[in-house]
Amino acid sequence: MPELTPSQTVGPYFAMRLPWPQGPFVVPEGTPGAVTIVGRLYDGAGEVIPDGLIETWQAGPDGRFAHPDDPRGPAPGGYHGFRGFGRCPTAPDGSYRIVTLKPGPLPAPDGSIEAPHLDVSVFARGLLDRVVTRMYFPDEQAANAADPVLCSIREPARRATLIAVPEPEGELRFDIRLQGEDETVFFDV
Amino acid sequence: MTTDVAASITGRRRPALPSYERPSGVHPPLDFAGYRSTERRHPRGPLMLLPHRLTEVTGPLLGEELITPADADLTTQHAGEPVGQRIIVTGRVLDSDGRPVPDTLIEIWQANAAGRYRHAREHHPAPLDPNFDGIGRCITDSAGRYRFVTIAPGSYPWGNHHNAWRPAHIHFSVFGHAFTQRLVTQMYFPGDPLLPLDPIFNSVPDEKARQRLIAGFDIELTQPEWALGYRWDIVLRGRGATVFQ
Ligand SMILES: [Fe+3]
Repeated sequence: MPELTPSQTVGPYFAMRLPWPQGPFVVPEGTPGAVTIVGRLYDGAGEVIPDGLIETWQAGPDGRFAHPDDPRGPAPGGYHGFRGFGRCPTAPDGSYRIVTLKPGPLPAPDGSIEAPHLDVSVFARGLLDRVVTRMYFPDEQAANAADPVLCSIREPARRATLIAVPEPEGELRFDIRLQGEDETVFFDV
Repeated sequence: MTTDVAASITGRRRPALPSYERPSGVHPPLDFAGYRSTERRHPRGPLMLLPHRLTEVTGPLLGEELITPADADLTTQHAGEPVGQRIIVTGRVLDSDGRPVPDTLIEIWQANAAGRYRHAREHHPAPLDPNFDGIGRCITDSAGRYRFVTIAPGSYPWGNHHNAWRPAHIHFSVFGHAFTQRLVTQMYFPGDPLLPLDPIFNSVPDEKARQRLIAGFDIELTQPEWALGYRWDIVLRGRGATVFQ
């Protein structure tokens, strides 16, 4: 059997092409009901990371995936222009921005329900492998309290690193801290 | 609402989801002293085990709308030909069960023959090539095969330590069919004297795994009077079928 190819860093120069113009738009800007996720990527010294890449993957508003391994199949009709995948390089101030639709809750194989969430990959110079985290929604307190992944994190302060914060203009802020006191929870996926 | 979601699958039959192999000892550690940038960028907290559920066993199936056939030939993207040694890089994307991974997007990026990237933050005093961007894309065919035509990349200096030079490499980004299969890596060239000195290459702990990052020169693939051929397979995590009752 063939053996796995190891990961290597994206290095500093991926920004030539990996970002494509529609990348940050999981749905086209201006789509009714779209939510904008903003945030910054920080290192262990609290400095912004200007050469990172954020990727997001999520279900549609009905909690389904247009993918053969979703046993329920894609939603009839789907959502116009929704691709489930977002990609945004970080700017010189460490910021990124993703425009998407809020996903629905998801059934888990053990019968529990996962709260609406995005799987998030972070790539950067200095990261020899991607790191993976999850973003949850602040207006889903009951669902978040029952979510099997959030429940597996004992300390409330650690759990809180996975929940976005509402901004005054209606955007959701999800800052990612690779290291340090408020270090984001990362997953062995 | 919540009840409806549960009923939508548990009412009849629970989903049989694949569960992807968890690699150990293959990928580099996030904290690697020889590569200075890892120092403040690696998480110190333990990684929490994330069981594979729907979000992890699915993934973006990005396709044709993002590429044109010309994207796989980095030597014909401009009016003139780029400077350097023309090469063909081909291989298959497989999973660790030996199954080909068809219809998956591969993205590559690389320095030009002089070791220079077309990038705003690149300061290496080597010439840019007006006929070379160093970026390519293609989608694997039904047997998982990919093929690029490009120019052998040059080595370039970096600030990691005194007299640090990266071995020649091509960066590869591969999606696979699931979030768990996502891989970004680098392909190296056989016989490069910089390989034993490179902290990024040597961050891979296992010697055999490290060797899997090096392409093979292939005289059969090499085209007379035209281009050298290199063969490199990419292996993503295998998919064990886990059936829930
Ligand atoms: Fe590079």
